[in-house]
Amino acid sequence: MTRGPILTAALLIGTAAAIPAEAKTDISWWHAMTGANAEVVTKIANDFNASQEDYEVVPVFKGTYPETLNAGIAAFRAKQAPDIMQVFDVGTGVMMAAEGAIKPVADVLDDAGMTFDKSQYLPGIVAYYSKPDGTMLSFPYNSSSPILYYNKDIFEKAGLDVNAPPKTWTEVWDMARKIKASGAAPCGYTSTWLTWIHLENFAAWNDVPYATNENGLAGSEAELEINAPIYVNHFQALADLAKDGTFKYGGRTSEAKQIFLAGECGIFTESSGGLGDIVKSGMNYGIGQLPYDSDAEGAPQNTIPGGASLWVFGGKSDETYKGVAAFFDYLSQTDVQEYLHQTSGYLPVTMAAYEATKESGFYEKNPGRETPILQMMGKEPTANSKGVRLVNLPQIRDIENEEFEKMLAGQQTAQQALDNAVERGNAAIQSALGQ
Amino acid sequence: MNRATFPHRLLPYLLVAPQLAISLVFFYWPAAQALRQSTQREDPFGLATQFVGLANFRAVLSDPAWLNALRVTVVFSAWTAFLSMAIALLLATQAEKLIRGKDVYRTLLIWPYAVATAIAGMLWLFLFNPSFGTLAWPLRQIGIRWDPLLNGTQAMGLVIAAAAWKQISYNFLFFVAGLQAIPKSLLEAAAIDGAGGARRFWTITFPLLAPTTFFLLVVNTVYALFDTFGIIHAVTGGGPGRATETLVYKVYNDGFVNLQLGSSAAQSVILMAIVIALTAIQFRYIERRVHYG
Repeated sequence: MTRGPILTAALLIGTAAAIPAEAKTDISWWHAMTGANAEVVTKIANDFNASQEDYEVVPVFKGTYPETLNAGIAAFRAKQAPDIMQVFDVGTGVMMAAEGAIKPVADVLDDAGMTFDKSQYLPGIVAYYSKPDGTMLSFPYNSSSPILYYNKDIFEKAGLDVNAPPKTWTEVWDMARKIKASGAAPCGYTSTWLTWIHLENFAAWNDVPYATNENGLAGSEAELEINAPIYVNHFQALADLAKDGTFKYGGRTSEAKQIFLAGECGIFTESSGGLGDIVKSGMNYGIGQLPYDSDAEGAPQNTIPGGASLWVFGGKSDETYKGVAAFFDYLSQTDVQEYLHQTSGYLPVTMAAYEATKESGFYEKNPGRETPILQMMGKEPTANSKGVRLVNLPQIRDIENEEFEKMLAGQQTAQQALDNAVERGNAAIQSALGQ
Repeated sequence: MNRATFPHRLLPYLLVAPQLAISLVFFYWPAAQALRQSTQREDPFGLATQFVGLANFRAVLSDPAWLNALRVTVVFSAWTAFLSMAIALLLATQAEKLIRGKDVYRTLLIWPYAVATAIAGMLWLFLFNPSFGTLAWPLRQIGIRWDPLLNGTQAMGLVIAAAAWKQISYNFLFFVAGLQAIPKSLLEAAAIDGAGGARRFWTITFPLLAPTTFFLLVVNTVYALFDTFGIIHAVTGGGPGRATETLVYKVYNDGFVNLQLGSSAAQSVILMAIVIALTAIQFRYIERRVHYG
């Protein structure tokens, strides 16, 4: 599907090899960014390389997020691990379980004589990538949060207020029905990542537990709790809307973006990191907060970070670690973070970058761009809203997706789908912990 | 048959050495690794390994998802092999009848074989994707609720069609060759005796093609079992639900996505046993009934 970037990556390796080595220490950085986000990676690496003379960061594209993770694991087993690897949010549990394979970012920075001041970073993001004792394990590179997008032209045709995006899920369902019924668009609502948006973030945003043991953050023995009534009602509503096409399913990951971009659906929930493509399409779009469940007390709470972080492999030379530390220090600089945030739609990692962007008037010119940050930082996280961390979250998501697909195809009710997901998911967690 | 002998004792070994080396490195060594790993339980990074005997095999064989994959594989392989061979045979016999433009037709029909499996998958996906598929729209216009993202039967139909389409060229090539080897005199004699086209085909052509058909049956079964991974990966990713998850896809998914190496290795060992058994059965029982003219 994305052979282009592989070629580019191959060329990058080629050019990197062609540069005379001199005394520079190479730092390899495996990543999974494509399109506009891949350009950001290249630019950041080039700028860092030009900013000093001791280290050379070499970014290498390794495919999708799961492919990159697997490539890293295979390389580690073959004793060829890269220095830095980008791992997506759900891979965090996998990496944390592999303590012997990685070197915590906090240690990398300490050893290089840099002080890591937590208060400078956005608290919700840093907490997610830290051990329960507070040691930061990986460097948050690109963090995102799910938000609501809507097509203003379709809203207008359907007779809806173009400046009032839906706030609750009930409002989403009502507006979606109106869009469909008025013929403004063939479908009312679609969404990417049902597991991430409608389960993991749904739980945090509505302040209900996803799994026991603080969603697995307080300890790896966790049992899923996603068949509680609030989830069942939510998914039954989705399944009912799917029957006449008011809700349209696009696929397990971000495939639904194409449906929204094609103007087939009026309302869309997707990562804030997906903004770049929507801007590029030239659509007359609006942004709203992620909707919450009006039955949930204390909603909206806060959303949890998605995206990816950078992990450092263990067993490298001191010189390499110094280079990695220098690179992370560079990445934390306010202007670099500002660039990353404003170009890609990902969240800034440091408070300073957020403040600077605010002062520059960027959010006034680009309404909605602050939404994901406000969502994540609005309230002090509760036990339900710090994130979800399971040893095998990718596998759990697969199980959930399979059950959802059967539900949306009308083969089972929401109650059955979620009960099955809990039963199969718990069995999978137990078997993964058995290792 | 004359027995060819080499004067030298070492030479024959030297000549087969490259082939042996390739088999050792690319087949026996990985197979041995898989066997070893199938008896172990290991974390993804290989930091802690534990010998568990046959526990992985017991877990796999009692897993409903594996049994589902077995059923999916049987349906998928049987349909893919049957469709690609039947259509190729039809095309080959029709192309044989042509007087003008025979070579052009043949060349065009062989083209799809040059398409890589993953690309073939993408082509079919672009044609039949429910949102942007070129052919999905007319399907919906004629009243079919086309949605392979949620409808398992449609998804299965789509991957079978893509896999069969890709293999038609290969089968076509062999059937054309097979047809050319059938003596024209036999067919002419039958025609003089008053046998019609269908009768000539079923009583003369089809039996005489048996060696080709048998060879293709083996090749197509292996193709459907292993080489279609790229198509399934590109078109459905094993979904919806697990409707198109074949045994090979499950090996990949459990090993490389879910990172359960022991279970994945056990599955690949079982798969290896299945293929060895199938090939043995095909050669032992079906080959006996094949005539090699």
